[in-house]
Amino acid sequence: MNRDSNAYTFIFAGIMVVIVASALAFAATSLQPIQAKNIKIEKMQNILATIGIEASKEEAEETYHKYIKEEIALDNNGEVKTDVKAFDVDLAKELKKDVEKQRFPLYVADVEGKKFYVIPLRGAGLWDAIWGYVSLEDDINTVKGAVFDHKGETPGLGAEITQVWFQQRFEEEKIFDESGDFVGITVQKGYSGGSNKDDNAVDAISGATITGDGVTKMIHDRLEFYLSYLKKQNTKVALK
Amino acid sequence: MMADTKNKKEKSPVVLFVAEEKEPLFSKKNRKLLSDPLNDNNPITVQVLGICSALAITVQLKPSIVMAIAVMVVMAASNVIVSLIRNLIPNRIRIIVQLVIVAALVILVNEVLKAYAYDVSKELSVFVGLIITNCIVMGRLEAFALGNGPWKSFLDGIGNAAGYGLILVIVAFFRELLGSGKLLGFEVLGHKGATVAESTGLYAMGYENNGLMLLSPAALLVVGVIIWIQRSRNRELIEKN
Amino acid sequence: MEYVNLFVRSIFIENMIFAYFLGMCSYLAVSKTVKTAVGLGAAVIFVLAITVPINFLLDNYLLKPGALTWLSPEYANIDLSFLSFIMFIAVIASMVQLVEMIVEKFAPALYGALGIFLPLIAVNCAILGGSLFMQQKDFGGVSEAFTYGLGSGIGWFLAILAIASIREKITYSNVPAPLRGLGITFIITGLMALGFMSFMGIKL
Repeated sequence: MNRDSNAYTFIFAGIMVVIVASALAFAATSLQPIQAKNIKIEKMQNILATIGIEASKEEAEETYHKYIKEEIALDNNGEVKTDVKAFDVDLAKELKKDVEKQRFPLYVADVEGKKFYVIPLRGAGLWDAIWGYVSLEDDINTVKGAVFDHKGETPGLGAEITQVWFQQRFEEEKIFDESGDFVGITVQKGYSGGSNKDDNAVDAISGATITGDGVTKMIHDRLEFYLSYLKKQNTKVALK
Repeated sequence: MMADTKNKKEKSPVVLFVAEEKEPLFSKKNRKLLSDPLNDNNPITVQVLGICSALAITVQLKPSIVMAIAVMVVMAASNVIVSLIRNLIPNRIRIIVQLVIVAALVILVNEVLKAYAYDVSKELSVFVGLIITNCIVMGRLEAFALGNGPWKSFLDGIGNAAGYGLILVIVAFFRELLGSGKLLGFEVLGHKGATVAESTGLYAMGYENNGLMLLSPAALLVVGVIIWIQRSRNRELIEKN
Repeated sequence: MEYVNLFVRSIFIENMIFAYFLGMCSYLAVSKTVKTAVGLGAAVIFVLAITVPINFLLDNYLLKPGALTWLSPEYANIDLSFLSFIMFIAVIASMVQLVEMIVEKFAPALYGALGIFLPLIAVNCAILGGSLFMQQKDFGGVSEAFTYGLGSGIGWFLAILAIASIREKITYSNVPAPLRGLGITFIITGLMALGFMSFMGIKL
């Protein structure tokens, strides 16, 4: 058959499309469960990291179920909603919805008798989205730990928010000020408080002001939605 | 890289086709196909192909190595496939056919990375997809695979991908070492603490990382210097103006 | 205002060449004279501004997980995103071909100027890069995608125009022999990229 004829060209293109499409569909469907598992395990590892538990990939799932006792989804008024599964809530998608329709996932952990609340965060950095998790102790004030990640912050500057030394600065910080008002934690340029844990501020990364401001805003804006629910959980602590 | 190819040789089904060509597997000519792109005919520094998707991921050594391997797999496989069907491809839709083959292979690589090397695939993000338009892949398909047998095309693909990967790895080596004092994530220059007193190794003597190396322009500067060194050693490559 | 912000960001801050090195092959090969650089640059703007919105529609109504719900709610679980590379590149290749034919037929003068560059563009990383970044950025609508495509194209155009002007002048300079041509172009591009980094963090 003539290689330049129309018929040949069409037949060739048709056969090629069928072969390529079936090969790709096969590969994609057979690898999909492993990919989904990777994403799930990463999320579990992040949640565990905020309460100070390191888990390898293999153990992540088991450890997660050992320590995380509850997965709760809240609405914007702090009411518990059961129409979604908290673990499956994708904040990136939620943030695009109207605030009344958004769901706010909350993870409750129990580590050797101590209770922690893990709250997922998402906001904007300098270039693109930043996200992470922060965990609060039972007094709904002291930060147990925090992890952050980002999509495209500047390497060596904003991207350093993923580093342990930066995330450690948040440990034991308070989210309420002395008079009991909710202020969150400010990432402060030229911070001089040293290791003061009661001033609601941590030292910024030099050269990454906007990313730092993004972290400040993200913590403040997201935690706000959880306060009313959390206060109900702990009546011992008198908070405004 | 050479040891790598020898391993592949034994497993590769391509060996079947060599008998027809009546030439030893690693004849002088075939060896040249492998070694030339590493130096005198390097795809990046001499042929000026395939720079696009490469440099943005060279901040660290690990993603660069994965990228080099991914390109090698795609190039070797696409070269062999195109070479096998080179007499069947209708001339008019030649480019599209090549693009589809390359794109399909890249999707496979991407899916495999997502499943088995999730961390790295996150770091590489869109740059895996950009292998499709990496000029070096299309360039070698057009220039070599369409006119040569599968075994030769295979060697050509491996050789060019190795030359490309070599530059990536060299650039990443210097950027990671000078920029963050690490290699593959290990702190080879000592540990940098919050103050000089808490640091070890070079940092204890007051050494500082060079932040410029982490920024994207550094990749271009490093490649510029590599070209300078290469052309000083091999004066035939110098351009006229 | 959001559009202006996006537009300026895609031209200066997230410049295809200086921030991501996309389209470097043609950038280096076609930047010896200003005239050819302008031709290729214009073609890139043209193709990016067309393909990014088309691929946006394709991604949102065909490929994304749950994108097929407009056909029937039953399809909510279908995820075709693994096909996105191949679909994007097919759209780009066919659009380039189509644009080439249309321009040839209706604007022969423009074809004379752009014509030889159009086939080169199908394999320009900046074009596919534009679509892939669009997919990552999750734009809200097709007009945002168009703004992004147009902006990225103009950014690329500016970059190649600048380097071509410099290369025309640099032939009169005494560059060390081994650096001539490619080497010095890399280093100049690096320095220009450093300059462009000062746009970082600007928000309108």
